[in-house]
Amino acid sequence: MASSADGNTADDAAASVPRNGLVAVVKRDCPTCELIEPVLADIEARGSLTVFTQDDPAFPEAVSARLHDDDLGFSWHHDIETVPTLMRFADGGEAGRIVGWSRPEWESFTGLDSLGASLPEHRPGCGSLSVDPAHVDALEARFGSSGLSARRVELGSQEDAHEAMFDRGWSDGLPLVPPTAERVAAMLAGTSRAPDEIVANVAPDLADCTVEKAAVNAVMAGCRLEYFPVVLAALTAVCNDTFNMHGMLATTMPVGPVFIVNGPIARQIGMNNGINVFGQGNRANSTIGRAVQLIVRNVGGGRPGEVDRAALGQPGKVGFCFAEIEGAADDGAEGSDGASWDPLCTDFGFESGTNTVTAFPGEAPRSVVDQLSRDPESLARTMAAALNAIHHPKLVLGFDAILAVAPDHSRVFIDSGWTRDQTAERINELTTRPGSELARGAGGIAEGVPEFLAEADLPKFREGGLHLVHCGGGAGLFSAVIGGWVNGEVGAQPVCVEIDPWR
Amino acid sequence: MSTVVLDPTNEAAPAHRERVTRPDSLDGLTVGLLDISKPRGDRFLNRLEERLTERGLRVERYSKPTFTKPAPVDLRHEIATKCDVVIEALAD
Repeated sequence: MASSADGNTADDAAASVPRNGLVAVVKRDCPTCELIEPVLADIEARGSLTVFTQDDPAFPEAVSARLHDDDLGFSWHHDIETVPTLMRFADGGEAGRIVGWSRPEWESFTGLDSLGASLPEHRPGCGSLSVDPAHVDALEARFGSSGLSARRVELGSQEDAHEAMFDRGWSDGLPLVPPTAERVAAMLAGTSRAPDEIVANVAPDLADCTVEKAAVNAVMAGCRLEYFPVVLAALTAVCNDTFNMHGMLATTMPVGPVFIVNGPIARQIGMNNGINVFGQGNRANSTIGRAVQLIVRNVGGGRPGEVDRAALGQPGKVGFCFAEIEGAADDGAEGSDGASWDPLCTDFGFESGTNTVTAFPGEAPRSVVDQLSRDPESLARTMAAALNAIHHPKLVLGFDAILAVAPDHSRVFIDSGWTRDQTAERINELTTRPGSELARGAGGIAEGVPEFLAEADLPKFREGGLHLVHCGGGAGLFSAVIGGWVNGEVGAQPVCVEIDPWR
Repeated sequence: MSTVVLDPTNEAAPAHRERVTRPDSLDGLTVGLLDISKPRGDRFLNRLEERLTERGLRVERYSKPTFTKPAPVDLRHEIATKCDVVIEALAD
């Protein structure tokens, strides 16, 4: 806030700008400004002049009508690029300006003769502090058209910023990046959308989340700005009645949104689809899902122990996001003939190569080991046996699943010409079992399907409920199962959305 | 130098609503029984209905379309309009 040596504030400063008259903007750390101090005093003595000083409020001492532009607001709002700048105001508006020092220019501009007679005739000015790279982001955030409107929270000067954010309940348990206005403004450069645009209505509090609030949480999660369109798209994927984020929070089951990114954007932003694909070590994978979960926590109010009633939870609820191997050119993914599988987004009607994010209501991944199967039928039987165990071996049709197939396993299918759909279809056949084995009480286990289904053959998955995803490191005869949550209209459905509209 | 950060929450101040005072007696009141559609919730509520009806109370039965989603606004409104107290069954 601008203030004069005797305590005038920015508002006073604004009021001090004459409707008609001269205004100069200077800083002490500019030799040209120091050089022309006598000229400024001369102009003030022979008429009137208001001087805004950017750095030292005591400068220029020879001028009495001196105001400190300490927040650089005057300089920013008047697009000052060089100091000294001399401006003329007429009828409250700017009527002209000159920059640097040039005696003929200053004499002509002011209508005063013999200005700075003892000074050199010309001197260039210096850069204005308001365009200094050290300040420009903060000024843009504060005064610019970035439109940031979130409440400013001033942390105590003795408070540790990281501890303060934990104390306010904003954290998922891990440290947060402080969401300063500068960082949020930078994050907003990752999307063409306006900060005040509503992205989604977030459960459980049914609160509207603006692009700005999403950016605040994305900053806290540790996202880079190029991830931001994926965060926004992922947020829209979970905040709807189809995905049912509210139910996923409220359930006692151990599930949360699992995000799978398809399309060239995954590679462009450096996502991992290979070694340790579900694990740590990749910033995009680790922070995109986390940003969405922080939005659910902070904007939606979904917190464990409150609306989140999970009995056990799962570690992926901090944030679970990864990319799929796509196309024969991807590392280690192709079959020997260069063929590959269609990506996950094709299950949802998108063309291969579309930038999409799919939200799947999922539990933690469980490993499937098969080191010996070299023909697809044998391997499909292994997959079926592993998938049957999801949630309970005797419960069927109620839960979808992702089968994440790593390259050493996918190669077995692809080399035999099994497409992704054919592989899923065979697994669906192999996971269909007689109801008599699944009924309540069968096998000495009380849990199971209702007795009236005992006469039917029952598939483990509803139609379209099994999704194959191609990912993982190039060595290792493993796959993984990610079980779903209550599916269909009564529960949650996976949702796939396009990312590009959010870029 | 203090740090200024942007508030990541929805900045809404929740409206505070007092709970309706518990009645001293159920005599003459209408009791709503809300089944959230979890398996076997109906068994619990059937028994409650028997016991409440034996005491001469009026009972209204309701059920949510699915236990995974909040009760629809219309259903909540109907219960609030027709019932004096409500018992919600959470069962498995």
